[in-house]
Amino acid sequence: MPHADASLLAANGITKVFGGLAALSDVSLTVSRGQIFGLIGPNGAGKTTLFNVLTGLYQPDGGEFTFNGARLTRLKPHRVAAHGIARTFQNIRLFANMSALENVMVGRHVRTGAGVFGAILRNAATRSEEAAVMRRARELLDYVGIAQHTDELAHHLSYGDQRRLEIARALATDPLLLALDEPAAGMNATETAGLRLLLEKIRQDGITLLLIEHDVKLVMGLCDRVAVLDYGRKIAEGAPAEVQRDHAVIEAYLGGGFA
Amino acid sequence: MCSGCSTRITLVRRPRGMAALMPKNTIARWLAVAIVGLCLLVLPFAVDAFLGRAWVRIIDVALLFTMLALGLNIVVGFAGLLDLGYIAFFAVGAYGYALLSSPQLGIHWPLMVVLPLGALVAAMFGILLGAPTLRLRGDYLAIVTLGFGEIIRIFLNNLNRPFNITNGPQGITLIDPLQLDGIALSKTYAVGNIIIAAVHSYYFVFLGCALLAIFVSMRLEDSRIGRAWIAIREDELAASAMGINTRNIKLLAFAMGATFGGLSGGLFAAFQGFISPESFTLLDSIMVLCMVVLGGMGNVGGVVLGAVLLTALPEALRYAGPLQQEWFGGIYIDPSNLRMLLFGLALVTMMLFRPAGLWPSTTRRREFSGEGNAAEEEPNAAR
Repeated sequence: MPHADASLLAANGITKVFGGLAALSDVSLTVSRGQIFGLIGPNGAGKTTLFNVLTGLYQPDGGEFTFNGARLTRLKPHRVAAHGIARTFQNIRLFANMSALENVMVGRHVRTGAGVFGAILRNAATRSEEAAVMRRARELLDYVGIAQHTDELAHHLSYGDQRRLEIARALATDPLLLALDEPAAGMNATETAGLRLLLEKIRQDGITLLLIEHDVKLVMGLCDRVAVLDYGRKIAEGAPAEVQRDHAVIEAYLGGGFA
Repeated sequence: MCSGCSTRITLVRRPRGMAALMPKNTIARWLAVAIVGLCLLVLPFAVDAFLGRAWVRIIDVALLFTMLALGLNIVVGFAGLLDLGYIAFFAVGAYGYALLSSPQLGIHWPLMVVLPLGALVAAMFGILLGAPTLRLRGDYLAIVTLGFGEIIRIFLNNLNRPFNITNGPQGITLIDPLQLDGIALSKTYAVGNIIIAAVHSYYFVFLGCALLAIFVSMRLEDSRIGRAWIAIREDELAASAMGINTRNIKLLAFAMGATFGGLSGGLFAAFQGFISPESFTLLDSIMVLCMVVLGGMGNVGGVVLGAVLLTALPEALRYAGPLQQEWFGGIYIDPSNLRMLLFGLALVTMMLFRPAGLWPSTTRRREFSGEGNAAEEEPNAAR
């Protein structure tokens, strides 16, 4: 979508402290529209904490971020979702005892408006909204490639399919930015290849992606730009090939002496 | 171990619950509705003729408890918020009706004002309870709601000084019966050869209200709001990240549940003609919760079944005394003790053999059948 401002998400000096531990200190980054932006770093570097701040689950202790021209710092998660940031979780958090279809339908909540009276009276407006919700949910299940599991309970799906279902549920909120927390974790090579195709398809459809991932091959092949976190600080940012050669990054991953 | 758990797993989304019992064919469906309707119409007269009027009264109470249990089911079954003080809303509705339609304050407002008002006030109390407990879940929430229920009861017990509002432990008497345009349900009417006594009239009013409660519950469950409630039950954090305003949706659950409670409380006050704080104890809250859990939490049909069974069962066990006399020529075990013993035994047996309830919702049944649950991970592991 054409927009005067090329940057979609701009975080500035984000700081988050747990007790005495600075999980994030002064992290700034800018994600442009249409990018696939990778966020990497060793375990405990603060990647997921940054995700939680950006999606409103944590309140930052310092710094702020703007998204699509609006200042979203300190908004509740559901307000952030309404502004167009959707996410998946590192440890899959589906609505386990709802069907795949219902999971995706829940994702439409933020873009629909039927209330109690609509539910009870089931008037024409509510019925057409429900039909649209169900239609869109089926489309999305098909889009991520698990249409055959529409009516199965979420926790009966295979691991890879659960990851796909989480992406479908997030897409149902009509996001501008899709934030994926280790989408390839626990996947085998075939599943990862399939996931990569899906993510490229999502980007082609105009959605910006922010990606935490440990699979270096996936990150380097997929991302336009990569930022590296270590001990809560951003130690490098740039094109994947540049970052790969960065001394600070090599040191962070392999320890001192190798650089 | 659980024979009911291994039954077929339906993969079709609709119809489910009570709607699943409906025949597919249109004619058969209308025929089924007509037969059930006719049975419900004849039921109070048949029971009156064969079992006596006391049993018609028990059915009336069962219908009230059905409404109550359906209200609690919204909070506990759909939204997953354990509420141990639910009877407080029943009390608020009952006292609301009693104060506005009795000589206690000398006010006799019309029914069409008092009943909705009672439900509305109960809904406000629901929000009052919900607001400070939004961050609590599970056992913590249970303890706070338990305290809330007791606070309401103790208030009602002590609001007779310095100004006498509730008449304290003596309760409020001479409460107006349901009456509309000069027709009072407390009188006996005759239509042709059929004598319609107060218990019969109340039966039809309560049946109408219970059917409305069932209808509203089923519509809510299968809606945007209902899905949001269930999503919060499954994973509150994920629900909020998906754009659900968890605060408002949880308050809505408390308010809806309380509305059901307030309405049935008003009807209860009118039906009994007398209420006192004694009718609204913790044991009553637990009883309603038992109806929800035993019947099948989250499934409207199961909850109705639970409410009817748990109202009728203790009454039926009253006959334990006379039966002992007849069989053994003397009363060896005090019938009231035996009642609680058998009741407790029934609860334990139920939970052992059908932990998801007599008539569980399809998802609950699977949940209890011991399969892996992906959502059970640490909520804050994301750090």
